[in-house]
Amino acid sequence: MATEPALTAPETISPIFGRLTLDWIPYHEPILVGTFAGIVLGGIAVVALMTYFRLWVPLWRDWLTSVDHKKIGIMYMILGFVMFIRGFADALMMRAQQALAAGGSEGYLPPHHFDQVFTAHGVIMIFFVAMAFVTGIMNYVMPQQIGARDVAFPFLNNFSFWMTVAGALLVNVSLFIGEFARVGWLAFPPLSGSAFSHGPGVDYYLWSLQIAGVGTTLSGVNLIATIFKMRAKGMKLFDMPVFTWTTLCTNVLIVAAFPVLTATLTMLTLDRYLGFHFFTNDMGGNSMMYINLIWIWGHPEVYILILPIFGVFSEIVSTFSGKPLFGYKTMVWATACIMVLSFVVWLHHFFTMGSGANVNAFFGITTMIIAVPTGVKIFNWLFTMYKGRVRFEVPMLWTTGFIVTFTIGGMTGVLLAVPPVDFQLHNTLFLIAHFHNVIIGGVVFGVYAAVTFWWPKAFGFKLDDKWGRRSFWFWFVGFYFAFMPLYALGLMGVTRRLNAYMDQAWQIYFVVAAFGAVLIACGIACGFINFAYSIINRKKLACGPDPWDARTLEWATQSPPAPYNFPENIVVHGRDEWWRMKQNGFKWSTNYQPIHMPNSTSTGIVLAAGALVFGFAMVWYIWWLAAISLLGCIGYAIAHTFNYDRDHWIPASVVAATERKGEPA
Amino acid sequence: MSAHSHSSHGTMGKLMTGFGLSALLTVVPFAIVMGEFDLSREWAIGLIMGLGAVQIIVHLVYFLHLNSSNEGGWTLAATILAAVILLIVLAGSLWVMHNMNANMMPMSPGNMSEMSGGEAMPVQTHDASHGTDH
Repeated sequence: MATEPALTAPETISPIFGRLTLDWIPYHEPILVGTFAGIVLGGIAVVALMTYFRLWVPLWRDWLTSVDHKKIGIMYMILGFVMFIRGFADALMMRAQQALAAGGSEGYLPPHHFDQVFTAHGVIMIFFVAMAFVTGIMNYVMPQQIGARDVAFPFLNNFSFWMTVAGALLVNVSLFIGEFARVGWLAFPPLSGSAFSHGPGVDYYLWSLQIAGVGTTLSGVNLIATIFKMRAKGMKLFDMPVFTWTTLCTNVLIVAAFPVLTATLTMLTLDRYLGFHFFTNDMGGNSMMYINLIWIWGHPEVYILILPIFGVFSEIVSTFSGKPLFGYKTMVWATACIMVLSFVVWLHHFFTMGSGANVNAFFGITTMIIAVPTGVKIFNWLFTMYKGRVRFEVPMLWTTGFIVTFTIGGMTGVLLAVPPVDFQLHNTLFLIAHFHNVIIGGVVFGVYAAVTFWWPKAFGFKLDDKWGRRSFWFWFVGFYFAFMPLYALGLMGVTRRLNAYMDQAWQIYFVVAAFGAVLIACGIACGFINFAYSIINRKKLACGPDPWDARTLEWATQSPPAPYNFPENIVVHGRDEWWRMKQNGFKWSTNYQPIHMPNSTSTGIVLAAGALVFGFAMVWYIWWLAAISLLGCIGYAIAHTFNYDRDHWIPASVVAATERKGEPA
Repeated sequence: MSAHSHSSHGTMGKLMTGFGLSALLTVVPFAIVMGEFDLSREWAIGLIMGLGAVQIIVHLVYFLHLNSSNEGGWTLAATILAAVILLIVLAGSLWVMHNMNANMMPMSPGNMSEMSGGEAMPVQTHDASHGTDH
């Protein structure tokens, strides 16, 4: 705390600027000033290009205010990739610091900065990268898989997205105004309490997560309602594609778990702002309760991230093996089991906090049990490939990479589930290696697979094969270089979040890990080059509506799909409906009817902007601004309920024209 | 069909029953605290929490019109899932925190003597008796 800038004396709070003073602008930090300059220059370039090509109006009209689930899905993916760059930059900084700071060397990041970097890395990667990615994929794919035209509440969907963006922006504002939290990604008290963290860092953390959490929770409600109420005629629950099933279970988890996070963070906020004592050391507070509560959310959260990805791999494996998924029902039940079991394992995150043998044994055993349905899934994928005509296109490459990597990560997880082992390994780099092994090997590989798989659906052309393979191999090899050394270091007892260390024998492992991170950087670069290269060569890479010979309904429409998705209502007869339709030589009837669709609205973006201002004002104790923005948001939301101009009809002639245009040339 | 849709929005009689019940369930806990009855602290807390749980059910049934037929039973299924998760979270937290308190908190002499019987593994003996009745 000695490095707290400018805040040794009791702070004075100005009625206009709260506690925000010029001292909080980090103009003396060369790294931040450089980053800021880069962002400003890049921003000016983007603004200039947008203005030159007159893109502002289309951007606002067709994207930012759109309630189309496909566009919102794509915007979630863009948010995810942008934040991914930020989160990965943090990762590179940490790897570089730890590769340098051995044997008395201090590296280049002072502890004050290093602690912000690892906190921001965790928060951004989980809440604004992984969550944005899975929400984006669910948003884009699921309604099309069930034959729906949009989600159940299209405006709510737009609002949810912009609240997530507002949370992400608030985290990034902390980079240049003030500081971010230095408490780790879950902000355990008492360190995160006002006694030990009095700067704005933890407050940035709290408000950005609360604002984004509103979006996540509402999006969960929305997608559940969509699956239950908007399925095409004839589609029974056990006719739904596996991805839709995993989406359903994921969103049930979101709706059940995120309120716990909201309540926990609210209690910490009350502690910090109003002097409550939920989690303080004195006055009857108990900081262990915070750790208990936050992991009740935190464990379901990791399944919220991985379940949709299991769905992605299920679709990819059956498509590229040319077979129905092996054990569809066991896959569904395994997903449902994981959904419930994920609520009874949370204590394995704090075996060492002192609950004693009975409690630890119970949660150790439940943790091992939850590995069983996950193992069932692995075998289902393997048996789907067995005796199939497997085509090793890029999505399938990611899938096999996932199966191998995720299995290793799962096994180290079961290892950590044994409480006596956990007493040795808790808080070490072994744990870090484990969860990166499942999150990178699972979620990140899955996102790349999903993007490659559904890109032709979204844009009408494939991603380039060559750059896709390069990206995969850099990622795959880079992952092992970056994280296997951490397993070894963890077994030697190296703890996580070390800014510097004395033992020079460790350094070579950190250097190898840094080399792995560079390989991953190459993989990320190849991914972005792939996007650019494919967009430039989109004529050459153009493909029909069903380039992979897929099995589920989203491939029945043209690519990219028209705003209404399906030109006419369809009747579903069973699983893998599109496959059956293809066997029967399906054609759209061309006898089109007018289609009822929701209107775009700017309300979502306005409300989220208000929420962003509110969050910023609360962080800096600018009470007048907080009051105005909060009341403004509530008033604007109420006013919006009186807007009855919410829908329009697409005439049958327009539908017919759109469908003719979409016909393969 | 119209009777069904009518009942799902509630009748005046039903709403008033709900109002009466929830008012009663609010007054009784206040009475327990303010009336200074001859109740032990544990009993008073237990009673108030129990009445709170009943209050939740009254709200669900009379104001949110929860029944087994709405939406083909999905409303009830969702409520049961929520109740199960709530039960896991509450019971689990009490169990976990109780054990941690027993193991980690500074002890009063009374606690000390209570636990001195099983010094090697105090948790085992302690939570076997308490873990189940919470």
